Amino acid sequence: MNPSVTGSGLAEAARAEAFSMPLDQIDVSKPRLFQEDTIGYYFERLRRDDPVHHHTNDFYGSFWSVTKYKDIMTVDTSHGVYSSDWSNGGISIFEAPMENRLQMFISMDQPKHDEQRKSVSPIVAPANLASMEATIRSRTAKVLDELPRNETFDWVERVSIELTTMMLATLFDFPFEDRKLLTWWSNVATSSPEVDHIVESQEARLAELGKCLAYFTRLWNERVNAPPKNDLVSMLAHAPATRNMTPREYMGNLVLLIVGGNDTTRNSMTGGLYALHQNPGEFAKLRANPALVESMVPEIIRWQTPLPHMRRTALADAELGGKTIRKGDKVVMWYLSGNRDEEAIENADRFIIDRARPRQHLSFGFGIHRCVGNRLAEMQIRILWEEILKRFPVIEVVGEPTRVLSNFVRGFTHLPVRIPA
Amino acid sequence: MPKVTFIEFNGARHEVEAESGLSLMRAAVDNGVPGIDADCGGQCACATCHVYVDAAWEAKLSAPSEMEADMLSFAATKQPNSRLSCQITINESLDGIVVSMPEGQH
Repeated sequence: MNPSVTGSGLAEAARAEAFSMPLDQIDVSKPRLFQEDTIGYYFERLRRDDPVHHHTNDFYGSFWSVTKYKDIMTVDTSHGVYSSDWSNGGISIFEAPMENRLQMFISMDQPKHDEQRKSVSPIVAPANLASMEATIRSRTAKVLDELPRNETFDWVERVSIELTTMMLATLFDFPFEDRKLLTWWSNVATSSPEVDHIVESQEARLAELGKCLAYFTRLWNERVNAPPKNDLVSMLAHAPATRNMTPREYMGNLVLLIVGGNDTTRNSMTGGLYALHQNPGEFAKLRANPALVESMVPEIIRWQTPLPHMRRTALADAELGGKTIRKGDKVVMWYLSGNRDEEAIENADRFIIDRARPRQHLSFGFGIHRCVGNRLAEMQIRILWEEILKRFPVIEVVGEPTRVLSNFVRGFTHLPVRIPA
Repeated sequence: MPKVTFIEFNGARHEVEAESGLSLMRAAVDNGVPGIDADCGGQCACATCHVYVDAAWEAKLSAPSEMEADMLSFAATKQPNSRLSCQITINESLDGIVVSMPEGQH
């Protein structure tokens, strides 16, 4: 890891603690460790000393942490053994009460997962991506051209949120003037009221998501009676596998598509700039050879790992990294840790924009639940950097970022920057 | 060594020598053939080494595993002769095989 606080007392204390505390006390689920960006030391210790690690705490209960690339690959590709289904616990370390669990296709097993996923996946088919490229480029250019010069502004708000929210609005054909609602619902959906207080309670969270459902139900009703169009709502309303969804499944899938298309790319857009700021040699390499954007994009996504974990539930006893997982156990794949695993990725703790195999990272997951929008995400980030390099020789990061208090979303709330005139 | 031919979506042909025992995907990646991404490195876990197998060669290949079929089923560009090239092992009987690439790898 190369935390923002490297060299600070906080980082040194965390490193000392991570490597001295008894293994059974290590708890990599603590959101604070992600916000302080000291989590990497604890993962480093686990990869070295106890790669498949068991821990129990009051908030999340009993769970396994899988920290090595190859073990994560095993879990991710063994969907017959490790279930994603919401009825078994779903895909996040936090387990809501059964009646509150979101029913979305990422939280379903075969065959229903496959059927629902295929209802929306054509939106990112190669030909569709190609047709979106010009729109994304012109919007990106406009957002960048309107940035202030010689004054400090928030990169998260002005660039990352703005671009990803516009993208989402397009994918849903969502009323453009209301698009900020999508950002809000995305934040609410991934919030953990007890931890981050984005909303004050689980009830408040569900009430907000209910508003999201009501809004989208209006769009559904408009589109279900109209000829099929190439937007996510119309696709869901017309596809045989999804047109008879319950409202709960519709809401679940909306949340999935909103978060999947928003938080992730947003945080990679910020994380990429911050990584280049921390690695000026790489920034210089990029300026000298803008063609490196191509290999830098997957490296940014590896480096950021915007979703640090996915969770599964064992459907049967299984061996994993020398440990015996029991039927019913909660198994957490820490993609962020696997993406720093030296056994799988050379110089894994360094940000290197011209790696030979930059796409061999875990950030999109592997197996049947692999990110549907991976190539769209890459395209958005590629276009952003191509357009930045045409305009700004320098973007100064003028303060430390503030990070999200979460173990599910690894992201930023603010990054102060300044572009010299 | 067996020769294999990859045809890019734009029609560009690449004939390379492929080592028996290695996968068709490796032959592409090791020879710098564009259009095969192979994000998972050959684990049958991503479907980004997707190829269409020329009709004459389909019968010479063993049937796809369930996992391969699952991964391919999510590819918008899937056709009846779609395969993941990481799951095709080169041997002498495949000398001369021709495969083409989809518009994009997902």
